[in-house]
Amino acid sequence: MTAPLAAVDRPASYIGKSVPRPNAKRLLAGRGQYVDDLRLPRLAHVAFLRCPHAHARLKSLDIAAATRAPGVVRVVTAQDLAGRYTPWVGVLTHFKGLKSPPQHPLVHDRATWQGEPVAAVVAESRALAEDAVALIEIVWEELPPLTDMAAALAPGAVPLHAELGDNLCFGRAIDAGAVDEAFAKADCVVEESYSFARHTGVCLEPRSILADFDPADGRLTVHCSSQAPHMMKEIFARHFHLPETAVRVICGDVGGSFGIKIHVYPDDMATVAIALLLGRPVKFVADRLESFVSDIHAREHRIAARMALAKDGTIAALAIDDVTGVGPYSTYPRTSAVEGNQVVGLTGAWYRCRNYRANLRVAFQTKPPTTQYRAVGHPIATSVTEALVDRAAAALGLDPVELRRRNLIPDDAYPWTTASGLKFEKLSHQAALEKLLTLMDYDGLRREQAELRRRNIHRGIGIACFVELTNPGPAFYGVGGAPISAQDGCTLRLDPGGTVTCATGVTEQGQGTETMVAQIVASALGLAMDKIRVVTGDTERAPYGGGTWASRGCGIGGEAALQGALALKANILDLAGAMLQAEPAALDLAGGWVVDRAGNRRIGLDEVGRAAYFRGDTLPPGVQPELVATRHYMPRQYPFAFTNGAQASYLELDVETGFIQLLQHWVVEDCGRVVNPLLVEEQIRGGVVQGIGGALFEECIYDQRGQLLNGTLADYLVPMAGEMPDIVVAHIETPTAESMLGAKGAGEAGTGGAPAAVMNAVNDALAPFKVRVTAQPISPWRVLAALGKG
Amino acid sequence: MKAPPFRYARPQTLDAALRLLADEGAGARLIAGGQSLVPALNMRLLEPTLLIDINGLAELTGIAETASGIRVGALTRHAALGASAIVARRTPLLAAAVPFIAHEAIRNRGTFGGSLAQADPAAELPACAVALGARLEIAGPGGRRRVAAHDFFRGVYETALGRDEILVAAEIPAQPGATLFLELARRQGDYAIAGLAGWAALDRSRITDARLVFFGTDIRAVEARAASAALATSLDAAATALDRDLAPVADLNASAAMKRHLARVLLRRACAAAVTHAA
Repeated sequence: MTAPLAAVDRPASYIGKSVPRPNAKRLLAGRGQYVDDLRLPRLAHVAFLRCPHAHARLKSLDIAAATRAPGVVRVVTAQDLAGRYTPWVGVLTHFKGLKSPPQHPLVHDRATWQGEPVAAVVAESRALAEDAVALIEIVWEELPPLTDMAAALAPGAVPLHAELGDNLCFGRAIDAGAVDEAFAKADCVVEESYSFARHTGVCLEPRSILADFDPADGRLTVHCSSQAPHMMKEIFARHFHLPETAVRVICGDVGGSFGIKIHVYPDDMATVAIALLLGRPVKFVADRLESFVSDIHAREHRIAARMALAKDGTIAALAIDDVTGVGPYSTYPRTSAVEGNQVVGLTGAWYRCRNYRANLRVAFQTKPPTTQYRAVGHPIATSVTEALVDRAAAALGLDPVELRRRNLIPDDAYPWTTASGLKFEKLSHQAALEKLLTLMDYDGLRREQAELRRRNIHRGIGIACFVELTNPGPAFYGVGGAPISAQDGCTLRLDPGGTVTCATGVTEQGQGTETMVAQIVASALGLAMDKIRVVTGDTERAPYGGGTWASRGCGIGGEAALQGALALKANILDLAGAMLQAEPAALDLAGGWVVDRAGNRRIGLDEVGRAAYFRGDTLPPGVQPELVATRHYMPRQYPFAFTNGAQASYLELDVETGFIQLLQHWVVEDCGRVVNPLLVEEQIRGGVVQGIGGALFEECIYDQRGQLLNGTLADYLVPMAGEMPDIVVAHIETPTAESMLGAKGAGEAGTGGAPAAVMNAVNDALAPFKVRVTAQPISPWRVLAALGKG
Repeated sequence: MKAPPFRYARPQTLDAALRLLADEGAGARLIAGGQSLVPALNMRLLEPTLLIDINGLAELTGIAETASGIRVGALTRHAALGASAIVARRTPLLAAAVPFIAHEAIRNRGTFGGSLAQADPAAELPACAVALGARLEIAGPGGRRRVAAHDFFRGVYETALGRDEILVAAEIPAQPGATLFLELARRQGDYAIAGLAGWAALDRSRITDARLVFFGTDIRAVEARAASAALATSLDAAATALDRDLAPVADLNASAAMKRHLARVLLRRACAAAVTHAA
């Protein structure tokens, strides 16, 4: 059960309550303020000419006709920007051997993916800019594309970047315990290869940026749709040679992000460079077609995996070999090493097995860069581990649940360090699995499945246990030299009317960050939530912080808000004590009042505020009210606050068509303290849907020439409500002892675990036919191919 | 994704529209519901010089019951088609197909005539028109002509419609048998990987006559005559005969062989369901 949380776990506390998001109403009413809604005086619009080839040399570029086109302000090429910025390199020092060439806003002489920006037209409207783009005359010499990961890494492969020597962007090997010995002595070895297609995160609001440079005071203001405003400020200052004081980044409403909006993109940097060049505001909003070829992509792995077991089902060893492709550049500033690094770090991490070997090779390719997308590496690690566990269970004649029971890290074994070196503070795998089985009525489903099989109806049940990495500390990025903050701050101010303005470094992208912060602050200060105004996303108004990514908003931003609110409370009680001639320790806050120990109302917060700001003359001599408080928080004890959970999928497979109907999905997750069950459950459900997208639907299909074949929303299959099952969510709460709030992250657990559960369910349905599908997305085509039909 | 510049006209009569079409020549495009044309414009796949908006042409509207069946105006929205009691009574195949056409917002704007004139090989309505033996009424500079749906669809986005002609309406005979409609799409509302539109006349549990039209498999909606004829023998014979009717073309979701396989599955399922329903 949940430990009491004295500071906020009081009568009328909002902690643990399903409070609806106050800002949802505004967005639903169409009153959102997205970047594209901004209209500044003298605003010009940018459209890009993008390379149509996967790999090509720029032979000539003639912008004369485009420059003369109606409404065109300027046509900008790489030559125009030379010397005006420092190129960026997507490496971090703690990833040994990681290499990547310098990246530029616009192509100089060679393009390395279909969609790389080459030239920018700045015009009075986006339509006019697009008209002029069509007038740019350009000659390309096509170069051999490098699309296949294995071919890129094969001996003798021509390096995409000659100066780097080969196409290995990054590699990592783990060899823990005695793997060879364990395999040699094993009673049972299962072995399988898996592939995961490249896909992307499709945000409702595409990437958008409006850069406004005022040459009179030398200040750059950038409105952008981003998850990390302070990081972007740092990057703009650094790469455009501006003083820190001269850059302001504002992220208003952000329509989804999923990790897409946390990277440095050439077209964004070009837009800022153009604003600096022209001294007027310019806007670039990626349209859907260019989003598909310019947003980061994700995944694309091929993994060979083996598992050794003893007769009793004990996992004796696990070995994987992961090849992943990241496009032509490691993405800045987070790098494209993290996805693969997390796959090898996380695979098998929830089982007791001590013998683990992993080999990661990350290849350069001529496709768009891939990097962090929701649940970085997790779906891969979980799918591979859990598929092997199911295979092993079948080989040993054990129920897949039983094999998991025998191998999960016991709930009383913490703290635990995995074979790959990850540290777990306290997880609840056993409790989560048992709760899941009850929730789904596992035995009942098995009976139903068996009965339906006799009638030639093929249903599958898939289980996946998993961990999720949340609340990263400074060892994640900062240690390697990235301007990425692991800490976050919260500044609170009591206003004269007894309400509170609260500015936080974590940001809102539609997931409910502002609601979560307001709940915590209101609870700590004994105020109604409508008395709290939360400000996010503006580097001039919010305390310095990392923003919202890696499921850190509540665990880190929430704790900063709690500590800040408690500090403000102490200040308020100090002042109230002076005003009331009472010991501050004998006072408390409740219902907008300063109350005594018995709960009797002594003075309203509005009265405290009024006295402090307007009637200082009524205060005792010497009293200087201090009604602003700031606190920061960063995790120090553990590098990450890991969470855990278990998911299950129940589906029906049409063995004649290969079509899959998802019937039901269950998730039990443990994100520590649940501040808002409604928001956590919607995070889980949305995450599951994105996981199902990767498992069954989403794939960036490239031909051998490196051309994207399905770059529209008609052809790229995002998961839609019609195909989604009901998703039942339940919680276990194991708060982290590292913070007072005890919250861990919940944003990625759904995505991390769902593909494994779904793939296992598909293969469970296929079991009578003695075939398996191990390539995601599991399309009807792949199912029929496995069945030898069609 | 902004459309290239074009001129725009909204004539109030069919004659005026035909004149505009003739005067402008190759650069003219008709716009009705715009559900295929507008995305194509925004993607700059088409760069017409003149858009002729035919939404104001009263001659192209309405669903009417006729002695032999129904008459559907080209401007009839998919939603109206699906909601029509006349359609449901006389040509239930059309009513069955409508929910599979894209999504509600698209069905509210997209038109019956637009779908036929667009001739997407994976679209539902062209297949239904062929299956029901629709005759398409076409207006041109020289007056009106009628073309059987079977002869109208020629290939991917290719029809018998001349550049200077406008599709006015479809005359559709009353459906002579039970509805056969099945479609396989990756997601609700997507274009079909394989679909079957048709009807079957039954004598108790025996199919005596049928029309089977497949969509999403070939370069156009294809009437499976060999399979229909073989139904008199057996379902197995029909499934085998289907190979002679179809020349499937691979797409991103299915190989030609898979489409052939899926078409056979649809044929068996649709006919078995009709027989079960009749029995």
